[in-house]
Amino acid sequence: MSLLEVKNLRIEYPSRHGVHAAVKSLSFTIERGEIVGVVGESGAGKSTVGNGIIDLLSPPGVIASGEVFLEGEKVSGLSPQEMRKVRGSKIGFIFQDPMTSLNPLFTIERQLTETILANLDVTPQEAVSRALTLMEQVGIPEPHLRIKQYPHQFSGGMRQRVVIAIALSGEPDLIIADEPTTALDVSIQDQILKLIRDLCIKKNVGCMLVTHDMGVVSNVTDKVAVMYRGDLVEFGATQQVLGTPVHDYTRSLISAVPRSDIKLDRFPLVSYIEEAHEMEKLDVKTHWLGQSEDQRIYTGPLLNVENVSLRFITKDSFFESRREFVQASNNVSFQIQEGETFGLVGESGSGKSTIARVIAGLYPPDEGKVTFEGVDLTALKSEKERRPMRRQMQMVFQNPYTSMNPRMKIFDIIAEPIRFHKLAESEAQTRQIVHDLLDHVGLGRMAGVKYPHEFSGGQRQRISIARALATRPRLLICDEPTSALDVSVQAQILNLLKDLQDELNLTMLFISHDLPVIRQVCDRIGVMKQGQLLEIAPTEQLFTNPQHDYSKHLVSLMPEFKGLRNDLESA
Amino acid sequence: MFTFLVKRLFQALIVMFVISLVAFAIQDNLGDPLRELVGQSVSEEERQVLRDELGLNDPYMTKYTRFISNAVQGDLGTSYFFKKPAAEVILNKLQATLELVFGAALIIVFVSIPLGVFSAIHPKSAWTKLIMALSSFGISIPVFLTAIMLMYVFAIELNWLPSYGRGDTVNVLGWETGFLTKDGLLHLILPCISLASIMLPLFIRLVRSEMLEALSSEYVKFATAKGLAMNKIYYQHALKNTMLPVLTVGGVQIGTMVAYTILTETVFQWPGTGFLFLEAINRVDTPLITAYVIFVGLIFVVTNTIVDLLYGVVNPTVNITGKGA
Repeated sequence: MSLLEVKNLRIEYPSRHGVHAAVKSLSFTIERGEIVGVVGESGAGKSTVGNGIIDLLSPPGVIASGEVFLEGEKVSGLSPQEMRKVRGSKIGFIFQDPMTSLNPLFTIERQLTETILANLDVTPQEAVSRALTLMEQVGIPEPHLRIKQYPHQFSGGMRQRVVIAIALSGEPDLIIADEPTTALDVSIQDQILKLIRDLCIKKNVGCMLVTHDMGVVSNVTDKVAVMYRGDLVEFGATQQVLGTPVHDYTRSLISAVPRSDIKLDRFPLVSYIEEAHEMEKLDVKTHWLGQSEDQRIYTGPLLNVENVSLRFITKDSFFESRREFVQASNNVSFQIQEGETFGLVGESGSGKSTIARVIAGLYPPDEGKVTFEGVDLTALKSEKERRPMRRQMQMVFQNPYTSMNPRMKIFDIIAEPIRFHKLAESEAQTRQIVHDLLDHVGLGRMAGVKYPHEFSGGQRQRISIARALATRPRLLICDEPTSALDVSVQAQILNLLKDLQDELNLTMLFISHDLPVIRQVCDRIGVMKQGQLLEIAPTEQLFTNPQHDYSKHLVSLMPEFKGLRNDLESA
Repeated sequence: MFTFLVKRLFQALIVMFVISLVAFAIQDNLGDPLRELVGQSVSEEERQVLRDELGLNDPYMTKYTRFISNAVQGDLGTSYFFKKPAAEVILNKLQATLELVFGAALIIVFVSIPLGVFSAIHPKSAWTKLIMALSSFGISIPVFLTAIMLMYVFAIELNWLPSYGRGDTVNVLGWETGFLTKDGLLHLILPCISLASIMLPLFIRLVRSEMLEALSSEYVKFATAKGLAMNKIYYQHALKNTMLPVLTVGGVQIGTMVAYTILTETVFQWPGTGFLFLEAINRVDTPLITAYVIFVGLIFVVTNTIVDLLYGVVNPTVNITGKGA
């Protein structure tokens, strides 16, 4: 008898426009001490499965048919009271974002002990001592002190440990972890996954790990279920599924994962996904996009960042001596040559985005200077002087959902910079340019009359890129442009950026925490930690022979994707 | 904590300074104090002499400096009508007004929170629809109309409750209160209800929307997944988070309610500052008007400062010690 058995599960979302089946006839099993990965892209229904098992579907979602058994007992279709007894004590749940899954107003002690008291028959004193033991088990130092603290006093990784401790506190037989490491840094991701793995084996519980990250799947899972649009396309031992995938979708998905071991010229396109159609070819040499009015006589490095330092106040005080600061950027220097892609890599808080914002002129640096084509940007006084510089540098932001005005049509979003900088001679020309840009990024001109919410994350990022290109920039600053996207969409966006760079001779500053992506895209890479630039090296050299200890550490943490790729490519 | 208090005190001083400027400008430009002080028989020459003696012909800044230095010492001028210090007149009447506001605040707290929470937990219930319908109805009726209707129904037709005045009061440690006598309580009911009627619909809606937001949050979902009882999730996890914004808005609205008492007190002949203010305007009693404006400003500043302090106590993520700004 399996620990968890899901039989023909079907979950539906009825709406005015008919019934949408988020999960269609899904069957799989999980044994004790086993980690089963459920993998797929956004909209595949993988999170819906986890929520469906413990009856936490957001309305109007319902389990239309099928059954779920836990140790032979049926847990689907229970009354709310019976279901409550299953939650916590039989099935523990770990959510994606540790920043929001803890109540900000209660201490860790209260949140842990209330779970223990709700699920186990123990005294309050015993609950506290159990809570302390759990905090120790999940690796929180000084549990006696930390238990009295509030969630905001914990870092992201520590909070996720607290969440895991809470999930384990009712002594469940099964843990459902919904993207438990997506919101965390690489080095913390590694620790958390190891922790989940160890605890599953030690406590002999089963684990369903929902993730979109193939690297995570290959590193920690025993079995994997691949989902596509609500269907289970493949289920089996991880080695087998990743090594010799049977289904086309699994193959496409695996091939889209950025390779950490070798640099490829282009990403193999995922043929299984509808969104992927190649962009229309434009002859950029004769097109407006290729004709720059900028005269290129300057021959030095396009961008020169010299000894840039910037600190933010973390504790303000009337007395200068009592103020506290965080050094967001500490004496950072690098140069980017024309046509080069320079990567900045580091964990969150390392100062990558701060540098990007200093270059774009969004933050003035405390010390140091930034020169663009020999012009000192930090010396420019008025907005009027800065404006032509701003036009030549454009940014693509991380979150395509928030970086566009939801009340503007796509056409106007892209036309705005052209109109603002008066780059077109007439409105008719502006229209032509926007249409060409939309075609060029693979959306088609009809996209112009729509609003941002009508597009998926990948499509929106294409719009962001089109908007950035609309001023004919020389330097494109991409701040984590693909970290909010699925792997297949990421592959398309990265291919698009590469093509554009080849055609337009763009210079790029590419910021990412994702080492495999950086390896695929960049020519040279700078490694950042706590505001300092530790090492600059050509891409291959950094990955094969990192010099600085921290670079070595980062490279060693890179989740290795252990699919048998050679078989894939020959097949 | 100390820095926070000093900062707040400094801000409060600036606000009070601006209010005093406005209040003084009213006093200086409204009416002629001599007309109130002397009779018809006094000639224009004698009036000029009196004006000089009283300092009415001094430059504006001199007059303002004199006004502010007196005000700081608690002297806000003498009421023309009562022939008593304006501050003393207002302090006497303030007790009645504060009791009225307190009663109305109690009604708002004990009605809006249960109704708001209920309508958030049961969004599809028929009761919720009724509550929401009544609250939008209530928000659109002006206070004086509510007050007159209440008076007509409960005081005149049914004759259950008194229609005007404060009734019997007892003196507790120098405070005249109507809360401790049966007659005083009966007199409080109608004015408190009509004063509460302005804010009540607003607060029901505020509590409801904040509660809905808390219920859709991840920590509530996680609390459900932990296996907690729904009541615990509703009344501990969600409610505490709901109360934070309600507390902030509530603090501001208490000040507004003091100002709104003008209407309620007039309709119910309530012997409080609002009624007094209206009379002062009719009598062009400028020192009293000025003093009232300064008092209401002071109440605003004090309640807001208290609310900010309380907020820091309730919400651990707000650190009033100044760390992690």
